[in-house]
Amino acid sequence: MTDVPDSELTRPDAPGSAPGAAPRTAMVEAHGLVKRFGDFVAVDHVDFTIAQGESFGFLGPNGAGKTSTMRMISCISPLSGGTLRVLGMDPAADGPRIRSRMGLVPQEDSLDLELTVLDNLMIYGRYFDMPKKVIRERAEQLLDFAQLSDRANDRVDPLSGGMKRRLTIARALISDPDLLILDEPTTGLDPQARHLLWDRLYRLKQEGVTLVITTHYMDEAEQLCDRLVVMDKGRFAAEGTPRQLIEAFSTKEVVELRFAPGQHEVVAPSLVELAERQEVLPDRILLYTDDGDAALAEVARMGHVAESTLVRRSTLEDVFLRLTGRSLVD
Amino acid sequence: MTAVSGVSGAGASGTEAPLRGRADRGAATARRCSTPMWWRAAAYWAYQYKRTWRSSVVTSFLIPVLYLAAMGVALGSLIDKHSHGVDGVTYVAFLAPGLLAGTCMQIGTNDATYPVMAGFKWMRTYFAQLAGPLSVYDVLLGHLAWIAVRLSIVVTIYLAVMAAFGVVYSPWAILALPAAVLTGIAFSAPVSAFAATQDKDSSFSTLYRFAIIPMFLFSGTFFPISQLPTWLQVVAYVTPLYHGVALCRDLVLGQVVWADLGHAAYLCALVAVGYAAGRRTFARRLVV
Repeated sequence: MTDVPDSELTRPDAPGSAPGAAPRTAMVEAHGLVKRFGDFVAVDHVDFTIAQGESFGFLGPNGAGKTSTMRMISCISPLSGGTLRVLGMDPAADGPRIRSRMGLVPQEDSLDLELTVLDNLMIYGRYFDMPKKVIRERAEQLLDFAQLSDRANDRVDPLSGGMKRRLTIARALISDPDLLILDEPTTGLDPQARHLLWDRLYRLKQEGVTLVITTHYMDEAEQLCDRLVVMDKGRFAAEGTPRQLIEAFSTKEVVELRFAPGQHEVVAPSLVELAERQEVLPDRILLYTDDGDAALAEVARMGHVAESTLVRRSTLEDVFLRLTGRSLVD
Repeated sequence: MTAVSGVSGAGASGTEAPLRGRADRGAATARRCSTPMWWRAAAYWAYQYKRTWRSSVVTSFLIPVLYLAAMGVALGSLIDKHSHGVDGVTYVAFLAPGLLAGTCMQIGTNDATYPVMAGFKWMRTYFAQLAGPLSVYDVLLGHLAWIAVRLSIVVTIYLAVMAAFGVVYSPWAILALPAAVLTGIAFSAPVSAFAATQDKDSSFSTLYRFAIIPMFLFSGTFFPISQLPTWLQVVAYVTPLYHGVALCRDLVLGQVVWADLGHAAYLCALVAVGYAAGRRTFARRLVV
C-alpha cells in the first residue's frame, strides 16, 4: 500500500484538488456478505462501503449479526459467502497485514489483568514489532489520552470497567491504526464513563481515524456515527445518516400521552386521525406527527384529559424500535 | 511531520496533542519483518515471566537440590550398600538424569495446561494476540517457543546442580540440555492441543492423575523398567517419558548408543504430531 498524505484522503473535495478528484478510498467494501453457523444464518447477504475518515455504525438488537459482521471485517472470522475487501486487501489472504493497520476493541476485554497498565500497552506494541522506545512514547501519549496516566504502574485487575475499556481502546491505538473497530464500546459502563469515552472517540474521528462501531445504544449512534445501518436478523433494515433515518422512518416530532389506567384502549381509536402513525403501549400512547403542539391542542379540544403529556423530537430510538420491533429479543 | 511529545500530566482537553503523530510509522515500518511473528507472541510470555522469574529460578534450583540430596544421596547410600549401585553406577548418578527428564515433563505439561486455558478463557491472551498482525499458528508456535525457553533455563540450572553433586560423567551431558528440553516439548505440544479442546480445567487433574504421575513413577525415572513385570515394561516402553529418561541418562552418563537416535526421533515425532494437532484445535477455537 502506498502512503497517501492524510490531507488528500480525508478532504478529497478540498480546494486545490484536481476537479473530479478520485472518490474517497474505501476502507471496507462488502458485497453479498454472508456468515453461517451450521444452519443458522447470522449475516444474510449484506452490502456496504465504509469510506476513509468516516464513522460507521452497525445498530441492532442482540443477535442481529453485528458482531459476526465485525469479526469478518477484523479478518478473524472467515466469510461464508460474498466478497469483502478491507483496506484494499483480501481478509482471507492478507489477514495479518490488514490487522497490522487496524485497531480492534472486542466486546470482551482481553487485557492481561496481572500486568500493569503500562505493560499491557508495551506488550501489545511488541506484537506490531515497534521498537521499545517508540512504544513507550506512544504509550505515554495514549495513557494521557485515556486519562490513565496516574494509573500507569498499577495492575489492571482492580481498575473500574470504564478504565479497562479505555485501556483496551488505548491499546488498540498503539500501532496508530487507520481503522478502529469497536464492538459495543460502552456496554456496561456508567453514564460518566460513557460520556468520557464518547469524547475520546470523537477526538479520534476529528483526527481522521475511520471508526466502525456496533452498538445498541441509540444515543451513542447519534453521537458518534456519520452513517449507520440498522441490522435485524442478519439483514440491513435501513441505512443512512441518523437524520435521514429519522426522516425516512419517523416523523419530526412525537407526542407522548399518558392516561389513567384502562383509558388507553378507549381513547386511542379517536386519536388515530391526529397522527401519521400511532402506537399504543401499556403505559403510553405515542402519536407520530410533524407538528406535536398542534396534535396536542387537538387532543385537548376533543376533551381528553391526559395525566401527563410530552412533545419531543423523534430520535433514532423511535426508528430503531419501529424497524426491529418492541418485543424482547434474546 | 514532527514527533509529538505527549508527556503531560492531567490531559486538559482542548490543548491535547494529536494522536495521529505519524513520526513513529517510519520506524515501525522499517523494522517490519525483522522479528518473526511467533517470536512476538513468545515475547508476551516472557513479559509475564518477568513478574515471577525470581521464585521460578529459586524453585528450579531447590527441586534438584532437595531431590538429589534426599533420594539420591540419603536413600541412594542404602541402595548402593545392598546392591552396589544401579546399572553399574551409584543410585544418585542413575536417578539424576531421570529426574531431569521427569521434571521437564511436569513443567512442559504444566505450562501447556492452565496457561493455555487462560489464553482462551481467563485472560483471553490469544484473542488479544490475534487482534494484531499475528496468525493462529504464530500464537501457538510462540507459546511453545516460550515453553522451550523456560525449559532451557530450568535444565541449565538442573545440570549445574547435577555437576555440583558430581553426577555428570561425560562431555556428552551438554547434549542433555536440548534432549531434556525436547522431552518437555514432547509433552507441551500434544497437551496444548488437548487443552485447546477443553472448556473446564477439571480435565487437567485427570490428565495428571492418570497419565503424568504414573509416568513419572514408572518410566524408568527411579528404577530401571526391567524391575517391572513384562507387560508393564511394554507399557512403560511406549510412554514418551521413558524415551526422554533413557536419552538424558545415556548422555549424562556418557553411555551413548545408536538407540538414542531412536529415542530422539520418537520425541521429535511427538512434537510434530502435537503441533499439527494444535494447529487444528487452536484454529477451531480461535477462528469461528
